[in-house]
Amino acid sequence: MSPAEQNKLDLLITGVGGQGAILASDIIGKAAVTAGLPIRAAETHGMAQRGGSVVNHIRVGNDYGSMIPKKGADLLLALEPMEAVRYLDFLKDGGIVIMNTQPIIPVTVTSGLTKYPEVSDILDFLSEKYIVKAFNADDLAYEAGNRLAMNVVMVGAVSGYLPIPKETLLESVKALVPQKTIEVNLRAFEAGRQKVEES
Amino acid sequence: MTMREYMLGNVAIARGLLEGGVQVIAGYPGTPSSEIIDTLAARKDRDYYVEWSVNEKVAMEVAVGAAWTGVRSVVTMKHVGLNVAADPFMTLAYAGTKGGLIVIAADDPSCHSSQNEQDTRRYAQFALVPCFDPATPQEAKDMLPYAFEFSEKFEVPVIFRPTTRISHGKSDIELGEIPVEKPAPSFEKLLDRWVMLPKNARPRHTHLLSIQQSIEDALAESPWNSLELKSDAKFGVIGAGIASVYAKEALVELGLEVSYLKIGTYPVPRKLILELLETVDTVLVFEELEPIVEEQVKMIAQEAGIEVSVLGKTNGFVPREGELNVSAFLETLKKTFDLETESETSGTSLELAPRPPALCAGCSHRATFYSMKKVFGKDAIYPSDIGCYTLGIQSGTVETTLCMGSSISVASGLYHAGEKRPICCSIGDSTFFHSGMNSLLNAIVNKANITVTILDNRITAMTGHQPNPGVGYTATGEPTVQVSLEKLCKAMGAEFVSVVDPYKLEETQEAFKAAKEFEGVSVVISRQPCVISGKRAGIRRAPYVVDPEKCEGCKQCVKFGCPAIEFNENNECAVITALCSGCGVCAQICKFDAIQEVKR
Ligand code: SF4
Ligand code: SF4
Repeated sequence: MSPAEQNKLDLLITGVGGQGAILASDIIGKAAVTAGLPIRAAETHGMAQRGGSVVNHIRVGNDYGSMIPKKGADLLLALEPMEAVRYLDFLKDGGIVIMNTQPIIPVTVTSGLTKYPEVSDILDFLSEKYIVKAFNADDLAYEAGNRLAMNVVMVGAVSGYLPIPKETLLESVKALVPQKTIEVNLRAFEAGRQKVEES
Repeated sequence: MTMREYMLGNVAIARGLLEGGVQVIAGYPGTPSSEIIDTLAARKDRDYYVEWSVNEKVAMEVAVGAAWTGVRSVVTMKHVGLNVAADPFMTLAYAGTKGGLIVIAADDPSCHSSQNEQDTRRYAQFALVPCFDPATPQEAKDMLPYAFEFSEKFEVPVIFRPTTRISHGKSDIELGEIPVEKPAPSFEKLLDRWVMLPKNARPRHTHLLSIQQSIEDALAESPWNSLELKSDAKFGVIGAGIASVYAKEALVELGLEVSYLKIGTYPVPRKLILELLETVDTVLVFEELEPIVEEQVKMIAQEAGIEVSVLGKTNGFVPREGELNVSAFLETLKKTFDLETESETSGTSLELAPRPPALCAGCSHRATFYSMKKVFGKDAIYPSDIGCYTLGIQSGTVETTLCMGSSISVASGLYHAGEKRPICCSIGDSTFFHSGMNSLLNAIVNKANITVTILDNRITAMTGHQPNPGVGYTATGEPTVQVSLEKLCKAMGAEFVSVVDPYKLEETQEAFKAAKEFEGVSVVISRQPCVISGKRAGIRRAPYVVDPEKCEGCKQCVKFGCPAIEFNENNECAVITALCSGCGVCAQICKFDAIQEVKR
């Protein structure tokens, strides 16, 4: 890999509206700028966002558009298991999936229209073609002090793969989360990072 | 050293306006345009005026007034907003401006959050007004100071057309200087310019036509258009706006040696197009939405007598509808060169449950719709409108959605056509102030027999909680008059006006029953703050729980559709999750008294 290539990473963050996908991508985006890397991102707003399926494209070291081409993403960060599968067309073969195993059941399922697939089936399916790191990030966030810090657990989990120094990412966490929750979020970040390092 | 910051496209656009010395900004919220004014209104050190207007036409007229005093002004909206503002806009093109005036109309290819995919560039052609079409958020920011100058130089308004991926894309942005000195406003009484009597309008039309060529020439020289000719290349690509970066990325990735023209302004740069056409025998035009550049290229080729094949939307090489991306360009290249297309699906056998956007847990609209349906029943007709509540389609009470403010007039039309079934339409508070008011007045005067429900959640929720005339503060948070919906309706002549709390099902249903009985236009104002803005304002309600001992598993609560209510794994008893916002409606629905407030 050339040095320019090493600083390139196309990352997809998927989840459900309200899980904090935008904050997660903002932490990475702000840190990339501090690290002097070009960065492009695209996110879901407006009507589509309310409780619906959301996807953020993040392109570190990229000078073109914000949209990742099909089979172009190096990594998929899924804040919810079913949402990990929904956008798989964007992930390249053999790419990495980091997944939160805590499901959020959509109204289409609670109202009996459809079924939610078994999380174990999702994992089996993903493992066939991709490198999978899966764990319950909601629980890790709870242990760190607040369930709402799940998105920062996931940023911690992906941090080792980003061409951005850990310290820079931590600065960015501090700058973007509410003042009162900095400690909790730093613990959440570490918990996520460790989980992936161990696996 | 230059400053770089990570920002949303709309924040970059707001920054560009500041760098261009804007003094007056007006607009109506609409995804994907809303954050431009939100950003400018939130700034503490403001030396400009900014407002949320009641609709786009009004906003346009405010901006026009400002520009006629010689200051720089902007009006913001989403693409469909330009339909509302088209009336002043088309004539403004004749009258022209003094201070620079930019009309920002954000397009939404793929209808991420819109009712259609219309292309604002057509309006630019229609009105004979120049249009700027940015390829990246950085370019969007940089274009704006240029666009102001351009507008002033030719004394015409200009259109700036970002698309969803520009407005809601994020990127590292290199910032420029914000000017400190700005001109003082001074209105000059140029009656032959500002009074569009036929005698004045005719010569202004001639004038507008006469400057088209100079506008085109000036734009061709601008940095937003660029031509890269590859010697010996017989194949050329033209990319417009954001589609140009998709094409560029794919070409670089593939290492293809083709000539490439990037277009960022309209009227299109004829000179550059001719230069390209003279060197290639095939050109592929890649642009989002309408085949505008493609049509121009064909015309230019024909006029110049150049034999070249033009590939694009009209001959099926590029999709006519929806959003483009790098993959779409690669697909197009494969078609062009007749290559095999491989399937790119992940090939999952897993059935994924759809996750459509839905009304929030505890949203008052859901409760209103529930009561409405109970009283009016399956047989009634339910015209609705544009706002969060359109997501209530699952409640069976959203049966039409045409454009802002149309619910009441569509309801009137149904009635006057002779429809005998009961008609109950719904409209949000902001939409009512936007253009529903005219429709209500019309319905009352023309004696429609309908029920109008105003879903008053005290905010413009779907676009990000912007204030409207009912909330009592302005865009910048200053206190102002709080317009009373009930007094307004009564003043228009409505004889039946009832205000209810939708969280109280019985009360609400009683009001709907009386409204249904009423002969003529009856108005039910269903008032409860949006749960999101309510939470931000400090409203805290105790959550509810299901007592598993009492739950009979009848599923009435789940049918209500609140995302906080699920069934347990064995599917025998309801459970309420942490999403519960404590509205208490499900407790009123459960016949077995199984749902209760959590005692603190
Ligand atoms: S009280 Fe019931 S209906 Fe209201 S938010 Fe909670 S679960 Fe939903
Ligand atoms: S409505 Fe009451 S009894 Fe019926 S499922 Fe819900 S909680 Fe149980």
